[in-house]
Amino acid sequence: MLIIKKLAQLVVAVILVTLFASLLLEFLPGDAADVLAPSASDQQREQIREDIGLHDSFPVRYTRWLGNFVTGDFGNYYTVSSKRPVADRLWDALPVSLLLMLYAQVVALVIAIPVAVLAAYRKDTWFDRLTNVSAFAMLAVPNFALGFILQYYLGVKLGWFKSSGYARITENPVEHFQYMILPTITLAVGQVAVYQRLLRTDMIATLREDFILMAKAKGLKAKRILFRHALKPSSLTLLTVAGLNVGTLIGGALIVEVVFSLPGMGLLIFEAISRRQIVAFQSMIAVVAILYILVNFIVDLLYTVLDPRIRRTDAE
Amino acid sequence: MSANEQNFDGAKGDEVDVSSAAAEPSRSHGIPGAKTLLDVRDIRTHFRTPRGVLKAVDGVSFTLERGRTLGVVGESGSGKSVLSRSIMRLLPKSNTIHSGEVLFEGRDLSGLTESELRGLWGNEISMIFQDPMTALNPVMKIGPQITESLRLHLDMSKGEARETAVALLRAVRIPEPEKRFNGYPHEMSGGMRQRIVIAVALACGPRLLFADEPTTALDVTVQAQILDLLAEQQRERYMAMVLVTHDLGVVASRADEIAVMYAGRIVERAPTKELFANLKMPYTESLLAAIPRLDQPSHSRLEAIGGRPPDLVNPPTGCPFSPRCPYARERCTQETPQLVTVDGHDGHEFACFYPVGSPETEERRVEIATRKGAA
Repeated sequence: MLIIKKLAQLVVAVILVTLFASLLLEFLPGDAADVLAPSASDQQREQIREDIGLHDSFPVRYTRWLGNFVTGDFGNYYTVSSKRPVADRLWDALPVSLLLMLYAQVVALVIAIPVAVLAAYRKDTWFDRLTNVSAFAMLAVPNFALGFILQYYLGVKLGWFKSSGYARITENPVEHFQYMILPTITLAVGQVAVYQRLLRTDMIATLREDFILMAKAKGLKAKRILFRHALKPSSLTLLTVAGLNVGTLIGGALIVEVVFSLPGMGLLIFEAISRRQIVAFQSMIAVVAILYILVNFIVDLLYTVLDPRIRRTDAE
Repeated sequence: MSANEQNFDGAKGDEVDVSSAAAEPSRSHGIPGAKTLLDVRDIRTHFRTPRGVLKAVDGVSFTLERGRTLGVVGESGSGKSVLSRSIMRLLPKSNTIHSGEVLFEGRDLSGLTESELRGLWGNEISMIFQDPMTALNPVMKIGPQITESLRLHLDMSKGEARETAVALLRAVRIPEPEKRFNGYPHEMSGGMRQRIVIAVALACGPRLLFADEPTTALDVTVQAQILDLLAEQQRERYMAMVLVTHDLGVVASRADEIAVMYAGRIVERAPTKELFANLKMPYTESLLAAIPRLDQPSHSRLEAIGGRPPDLVNPPTGCPFSPRCPYARERCTQETPQLVTVDGHDGHEFACFYPVGSPETEERRVEIATRKGAA
């Protein structure tokens, strides 16, 4: 029941998002063809207008665009005299961003969870204070600065990792990871700090609960109490924030992609904006928005896995 | 030895001449006999707080034999819940100061390491918590919450543990135990959850059970069922129980012996029947008067104990109950009374200079009654 309700919400959200994306074209001052190819001749511009269907009314255009979008036709890049499909580049860029996001999230969580659990358990000890201070330090360093520093020292000077470019995991997995390690660390550092702080706070609250004392009175070891009893009920906020981060990162970690020359979504969107490719831009934000909604849909479902009580409260 | 055994039996204690034991008044139960399971000797539990040292438990001694029940009664803040946690050594170490000895089967728990204690917890010594709504892990199925201690302490396989857990659920009268095994706590009522908590506590067959206000959070109708269940399980398992409650009515029919706590100390202790027949401590009298009774005319005013429990960081000088005691005299505010044994009733101790029945107190009682009548 819950899934059906959530799926209905999902469909509504996707329609709304694509509708807004299409309206962007409507709101442009002047004519889309002027924006796309300002220096083109009248005849060439008329060709472009014909191609994106500017002569039709908005509802007709939207339904046609939606039809094309669903079948994987994301429109074209336009230049004065030629056009190239957006889909080709988008399908290349999306996996790069998705993988970067995935690696950064996994690394951040794998580091943040044990640190947070231990910091909560050893609250107000040197370990807690040390991780607290390092978290603020990590948050204070801007992404791009850290990116440049890592790139220079680990990539260029020491030469441990590749500092710029990309290789597909299917073609050359070793090189793929060599390219991805530095961007991953750059992105993960800030998130480790956020996740660590969030989970520590929730964990401290959970550790004061009666059921934790009861678990202790059963004779369980601290490790089991922390990870089997306390972690799950403490991780709802963490899950929410991690879910939102995943969504944001699909849109591309623009700065990191630029610094490390990773051909991901961030770079693609940046390029579409700077080259005024509004048709491409429209499709890209639609793709990103849909993935964002999907990820948060999955997060919603994960809530019920983490806390069975949510199933009931939602049904009522 | 025979005198020692009889000390815990209210009915016999009245009749048997125990003058020989009275020679060693307050420690007469402390002789480690073959049946003594728990021997608590002058334990003190103090907490470091920003305001100063809080003396939650301040010199408590008692013994408990197998199969017996000690009722610990007191208001909130009397230290009764801290008492059971300190005996188990469950309190967080960081700001707690312990002293005194806790002999469990002759072994001093205060000398044990954390991992030695873990071997006892949930295995030989268990605890039932006050609020079943918060004592069970809300995101864990009922089954694993019971089986985890079975697997830990008794080395059971998954299948054995499951069978045992289902049998335990049946023993505490959970309907459809196999189905409940896979259920979550939120699917059950408070009474059912407290049965689960009891099943968890009983899982490994402990010899000593602390029940910390086990019925306080429950409906009155469910209270009796839970207490009956505890009594039944206790009989079957020949288990000793410390029943902590604020309700004298709860322990009146369930405990073999009652200890009344005030400001971190035992102020009166006696076999149950002896206590109700011959109470000495004005505080006990006030507690008893605060219970509504059926034989009083309806709408009669319920007697409450005036004032508040004392601040345990800065306790009053003299008897801690003196500021609230209707019979307090000058001496009570200057000296602290120690536990003394009632003449001819070994096993009945109280800490009061002017106990109920003494000429001074009875005289004051008449005065108070006259004043009330005049007004």
